[in-house]
Amino acid sequence: MIQINAQNIHQKLRTYKRSPLSLVLLLLVVSATIITVSVLLFIIGYILVKGIPNITTDLFAWKYTSENVSLAPAIINTLIIVILALLIAVPLGIFAAIYLVEYAKRGNKLVEMIRLTTETLAGIPSIIYGLFGLLFFVTAMGWGFSILAGAFTLAIMILPVIMRTTEEALKAVPDSYREGSFALGANKLRTVFRIILPSAMPGILSGIILSIGRIVGETAALLYTAGTVAETPKNLFSSGRTLSVHMYVLSSEGLYVNQAYATAVVLLVTVIIINWLSNFLAKKITKG
Amino acid sequence: MGKITINNLNLYYGDFHALKDINLDIEANKITALIGPSGCGKSTLLKCLNRMNDLVENCKITGKILLDGEDIYNIDVSLLRKRVGMVFQKPNPFPMSVYDNIAFGPRTHGIRSKVKLDDIVEKSLKAAAIWDELKDRLKKSALELSGGQQQRLCIARALAVQPEVLLMDEPTSALDPISTSKIEDLVLELKKNYTIIIVTHNMQQAARISDKTVFMLNGEVIEYNDTEKLFFMPQDKRTEDYITGRFG
Amino acid sequence: MKKYKEKVMQMVFLIAACTSILAVALICVFLFANGIPAMAEIGTLDFLLGKKWRPSNDIYGILPMILGSIYVTAGAIIIGVPIGILTAVYMAKFCPKYIYRFLKPAVDLLAGIPSVVYGFFGLVVLVPLVRDTFGGDGSSILTASILLGIMILPTVISVSESAIRAVPESYYQGGLALGATHEQSVFFITLPAAISGIMAGVVLAIGRAIGETMAVIMVAGNQARMPAGPLKGIRTLTANIVIEMGYAADLHRGALIATGVVLFVFILIINLSFSLLTRRANR
Repeated sequence: MIQINAQNIHQKLRTYKRSPLSLVLLLLVVSATIITVSVLLFIIGYILVKGIPNITTDLFAWKYTSENVSLAPAIINTLIIVILALLIAVPLGIFAAIYLVEYAKRGNKLVEMIRLTTETLAGIPSIIYGLFGLLFFVTAMGWGFSILAGAFTLAIMILPVIMRTTEEALKAVPDSYREGSFALGANKLRTVFRIILPSAMPGILSGIILSIGRIVGETAALLYTAGTVAETPKNLFSSGRTLSVHMYVLSSEGLYVNQAYATAVVLLVTVIIINWLSNFLAKKITKG
Repeated sequence: MGKITINNLNLYYGDFHALKDINLDIEANKITALIGPSGCGKSTLLKCLNRMNDLVENCKITGKILLDGEDIYNIDVSLLRKRVGMVFQKPNPFPMSVYDNIAFGPRTHGIRSKVKLDDIVEKSLKAAAIWDELKDRLKKSALELSGGQQQRLCIARALAVQPEVLLMDEPTSALDPISTSKIEDLVLELKKNYTIIIVTHNMQQAARISDKTVFMLNGEVIEYNDTEKLFFMPQDKRTEDYITGRFG
Repeated sequence: MKKYKEKVMQMVFLIAACTSILAVALICVFLFANGIPAMAEIGTLDFLLGKKWRPSNDIYGILPMILGSIYVTAGAIIIGVPIGILTAVYMAKFCPKYIYRFLKPAVDLLAGIPSVVYGFFGLVVLVPLVRDTFGGDGSSILTASILLGIMILPTVISVSESAIRAVPESYYQGGLALGATHEQSVFFITLPAAISGIMAGVVLAIGRAIGETMAVIMVAGNQARMPAGPLKGIRTLTANIVIEMGYAADLHRGALIATGVVLFVFILIINLSFSLLTRRANR
């Protein structure tokens, strides 16, 4: 038997002939999407094509000199700042989300305040964080331009991201898990740590990975907190530039365009991997 | 020959055979009721008539459906749906004013003149017996109306494009008894000018308003007859079982 | 003993949750305490409406930077919003699953690219392109607008896409049943019904654009003077802070922090409108 409801081009064309406006609208959405995708592909393609040939072993030399323009110290600084910022923000963010989802009563004034301020934090641009870090951690606390000041500044910046993703992950845990655990006589704390947190883990992890992406890509908040010294830090109070800051310095000096391309490649590849990982984890949650 | 003729219609959702060899001849200016237990395919059959199933993924249809002798797959789908209007189970007024709801169809089909639109809005609302209630609220959002008013507005909206056939998919199942009886009165009134096919899970409703009734079970048409005959002298044991409430 | 532990941990959770309040309070206090006195010393009106920024002469008027931020943001909105909304419509209502599976991560990736990389791309591709096509030196309002327009795409797209998806399917089907084509039904029924959600996305995008720093610095020219046309350079509020903070002292430094205060107030207003709009969209 012949399928009669199959879409054929002939019918489509007839529809568009009757309603040319529809064809125009179709072309509009298709071309907008093509623009969006081509912009992305062009940016990535351009950076990769120009950058990959410039990746040399010199770039990864242990010490930075004005001749090799090594990335290595910047990579190490980035790692240190990522770890420090996560050490500060992850426990705070997860605990805060636990409070909001498992303990807080609805309509509580304090909870409203917490939500409002978290939303506010999420909307503050990174340069304001940088300014605050400079005024508070660098100057008021007297830490100077330092890895520590940078890490604390970024910790505040990623806090709302971690809180929000953890909250969503906790909310996605079915109530039956909680009831089941209570029914077995477990108290609330035990239920939270043994039952709820483990099942919310993929969601929380995907939020953490997203935050890593934010930190790796951050520049404005770090220029005047962690500073721009191109060396591996001796201690937490030494200044050090991350990869993004490194890239900014290189391209604004205008002397090391090739190395800037190469740095851009490293940054892009990192971001692509981070995105892929976080998507992968997010898919895991939806599959259950 | 009837208004709509269905020949050897089969419909599959993936592997599921939802409609089996349907042959029906639907008469003009009559109310035809489709009854049967839920999942029997009555709504699916209804949606074949204005090609709303075309949207469903993995849906495969074979056979032929004729509207006034013309294959509905040879008619441009927009024109087909203009001629075969539909009222949904849950009232679905657009989130716009009452006026814009009614005017949407005519505007889509190219009517721009304010005078003409005003006229169409008034006539459609009158035909749907809701003009008196709404004439002072034309600029108000349609979402502020009661459920029964929303459904009659949807009927008026369907009438505004001057259809020949009106498909109604359990139009009163979401409404209270008073609104239901208003809609039933309206449907009886409308059959003078329109061919009406109504899906209903409510057998009393079918008996009250329809001229012809189709009883369906598991995707098959079991019996098709004048409503009185089908309810009082069912030919098939399964029809009898259903209308006497032995299953369903 | 167990009860005791439970109480302590609950306190710990509560304190952690209050971090955001503390953080916002600290940010406000430190910004305002350092910025307001400088603003007062300069004279609030002279500061906000002054057309000249000459730190060497102790003249601090940030009107050029306020206008710079507004112009560049407006340009970004003009370029990014239509493309973003149309892309969102395609993703939510037109594209087959196998294309969506590729598009969604592409949009996420667009959001993930660091601002410096965007800025660098702007510097090496857009600046020469604008210079060769339209003249001028290439670092201009136009260049910054194009770059920011690209950067706000993912924000506009994802917020609009979810707003469109949140519109009940029955509206769309009702349109089809009246004989509207797929396109007519999507554009004239679904899209208007999603408008407050989409507006929220646009507001969010305005926030992103006005707060963007690194990418703008690299392509906008950064001249601290009144805007002189789309092909001329401009300095934004954000750029002002980054460029001069490195060497500023005394009143100059205070004026830069006050610039931050102005930006912060802008952002607070934008955030407020965003939450108002989302609240309305959810109703």
